[in-house]
Amino acid sequence: MGVRVAEEWLHSCSGCEIAILNTGEALLDLLAQIDFVHIPVLIDHKYYGQLGDGKELEIPEAEVGIVSGGVANEEHMEVLLEMRKKCKILIALGTCATHGGLPSLMNSWGMEEGMKDYYSTPTTDPCEVPTQVVPKPLDRVYALDEKVEIDMILPGCPPNPTLIAEVLTALLEGRDPAIPTKAVCDTCPTRREGKGNVNNVRRFLQNAKYDPDQPIDEMRCLLEQGLMCMGPVTAAGCASGRGAPSCISARVPCRGCFGPVRREGNQMLDMMNALASNGIDFKSVVDRRSLLRFSGSHGLLRKLPPRKTTEE
Amino acid sequence: MEKVINIQPLTRIEGHAKIAIHLDDDGNVNDAFLHIMSLRGFEKFIEGRPAEEVPRIVNRICGICPWMHHLSSNKAVEGCFDVTPTPTGHKLREMCQIMAHINDKILHFFFLAAPDFVLGPDSDYSVRNVVGIVKEAPELANQVVKMRQLGQMMLENFAGKAIHPIAGVVGGFAKPMSEDERQGLLRDTRTLLDFALFSMDYAKTSVFPKYTDIIASLGTITTGFLGTVDELGSLRLYDGHLRLMKADGSMTDFPVSQYDQYLSEHVESWTYGKLPYAKCWNEGFSMDLDAPKGVYRANTLARINVCDQISTPHAQAELEEFREKFGRPAQGTLLYHWARLIELVYSCERTIELLEQDDITGTDIRAKAEPKAGRGIGHVEAPRGTLIHDYTTDDNGCIVKANMIVGTTHNIAPMNMSVKEAATSLIKDGIYDEGLLNKIEMAVRAYDP
Repeated sequence: MGVRVAEEWLHSCSGCEIAILNTGEALLDLLAQIDFVHIPVLIDHKYYGQLGDGKELEIPEAEVGIVSGGVANEEHMEVLLEMRKKCKILIALGTCATHGGLPSLMNSWGMEEGMKDYYSTPTTDPCEVPTQVVPKPLDRVYALDEKVEIDMILPGCPPNPTLIAEVLTALLEGRDPAIPTKAVCDTCPTRREGKGNVNNVRRFLQNAKYDPDQPIDEMRCLLEQGLMCMGPVTAAGCASGRGAPSCISARVPCRGCFGPVRREGNQMLDMMNALASNGIDFKSVVDRRSLLRFSGSHGLLRKLPPRKTTEE
Repeated sequence: MEKVINIQPLTRIEGHAKIAIHLDDDGNVNDAFLHIMSLRGFEKFIEGRPAEEVPRIVNRICGICPWMHHLSSNKAVEGCFDVTPTPTGHKLREMCQIMAHINDKILHFFFLAAPDFVLGPDSDYSVRNVVGIVKEAPELANQVVKMRQLGQMMLENFAGKAIHPIAGVVGGFAKPMSEDERQGLLRDTRTLLDFALFSMDYAKTSVFPKYTDIIASLGTITTGFLGTVDELGSLRLYDGHLRLMKADGSMTDFPVSQYDQYLSEHVESWTYGKLPYAKCWNEGFSMDLDAPKGVYRANTLARINVCDQISTPHAQAELEEFREKFGRPAQGTLLYHWARLIELVYSCERTIELLEQDDITGTDIRAKAEPKAGRGIGHVEAPRGTLIHDYTTDDNGCIVKANMIVGTTHNIAPMNMSVKEAATSLIKDGIYDEGLLNKIEMAVRAYDP
């Protein structure tokens, strides 16, 4: 018998589960040491018994529980509570679980208003929002730690397979996992030349300036090139096992998908400060709210005033 | 008293769903439903976002097919900003999209679907999974894990991210391909093509023959089909026009820009998933098993049915063999798996074709774009079906309105029908067991929702 692991996905896209599979050959080694007792993407364990006649939602007991996705409806809540009850160590996997992730952009409107709009698009026949059998939405999207106690977080959209393997291996070996604690910039090899004459950040409508025949460390820092890049205010992790932050290696600026550097940080405020301290006018950022696009839970993104505006 | 069997959650699928089977007093099926249990509402929360940012937001709709949303979205934004990607940018995007199809099909066939066939639909659930395959057929499992990993790493290394990509940009692509990268990708894709041909052969000799009875019958319904073809009627995944086929084989072709004149979405009170139907058939919408109205299917079987031919040699040979056996259109629900493997072969061949074109290493990869007001409709064939993104922008190039019809949605009505068909024919006089309930789930799994 290996270590028992249960996995669940809530308000999520399955990217975290694919990232687990992307641990590749490390996965084959891990599978020899762990027993998945519940993981809907791979294994047919059912909530209400294998014959579907149970009355209570039930997940088997496990030493380690992994949950991806935030919490946005009553079924998510029920599953999360059961996972907390049955798992000794509960890990929030991916930025939706740790900070709400992209779906928490909905918190600017609330779940109810967003759903109403979804059922009134031009190609949709006139209808009411479905309410039979389907789970009732909560008011907004929550990160897991707003609802239950979480023992460990591993953000990322998706989380880095190298770090997933590290966390699981560390748990099996009974040690603390080695997870980066710095910012994306601290793992970025691009060339920094100090403050230039950039006063505004521009939208990513043209590619960065770089010589494609030269490696990443010959490219100038994208923020110094005047492109909005959230490296300064985003948790490191995407570069582990690959040498450069993943977006930067495609010559594309960071958008903050690992969430804030400090767990309780505010990526929007931190970015405003970072821009100001570099002499860049933060008003040049179009749609400042979307600097919280990965971390809008914990009450950071709130409902807009009734009048429809896109800027606060 | 009516009894309800709840198969919840549906497993080895991507997403949140359950099956509810309602039995009458005698234990026969009164009705059966597939309930889609979750909704995130991307249409709403991309409102106000600068359009060029949206392709790296909507990729989070699906962690298995993020490239599909990423690239459909880029096309829609280009429509809004009235810009055309450069030829090299266009090719790099198609190559990434087709490569993502390769990984998707390996994942679905071997990780999600194969346990039912390799270990058997009635085997115990604790072993009927990929871990069970690792124990039962370690060599095959090892090879499968390696091949899927190879495909993912090819994308990751070339484009920065395989999951939730960022390298497609309005106007084209963010980085060019070096000659070294091209040679490496060619070598690896040839390895994947060998594996695709092995998989096709393995399935035809060791898997499908064992299940001819259920392949012909399980969850089989009669519907129309939707897919994408080029001007010659050849299968296309990245671009082309839409083709809607009726169950009788008659076809209508139309550009995606007119999708709203041909398709509509019906809503039921018991599922979050909308149920698209062919409005242009002017017969309304009904999921009646004997006389469905407006219902068509998407995804692999649909594409294999609507195309006249496939432009690559191995896949074309497979298509001919398939048609010979099952006719056109083929209606057997489990034939989705067979069609998926034909597309796996096509995807490998097409990737090689693209990599062999010299201008794929060109450096003119991105056309200049300016934000402005407009409307754009972009589409690709996602693994799960035709994927349409439709955006409207304001003068500042920010989204004011969005509509999307995503691949799986097209199959929500058909999946409901297949569940009902499978449940009704399998459950008699209250007699059922776990293996039988799994067979009902297999009728859904074939659609790879």
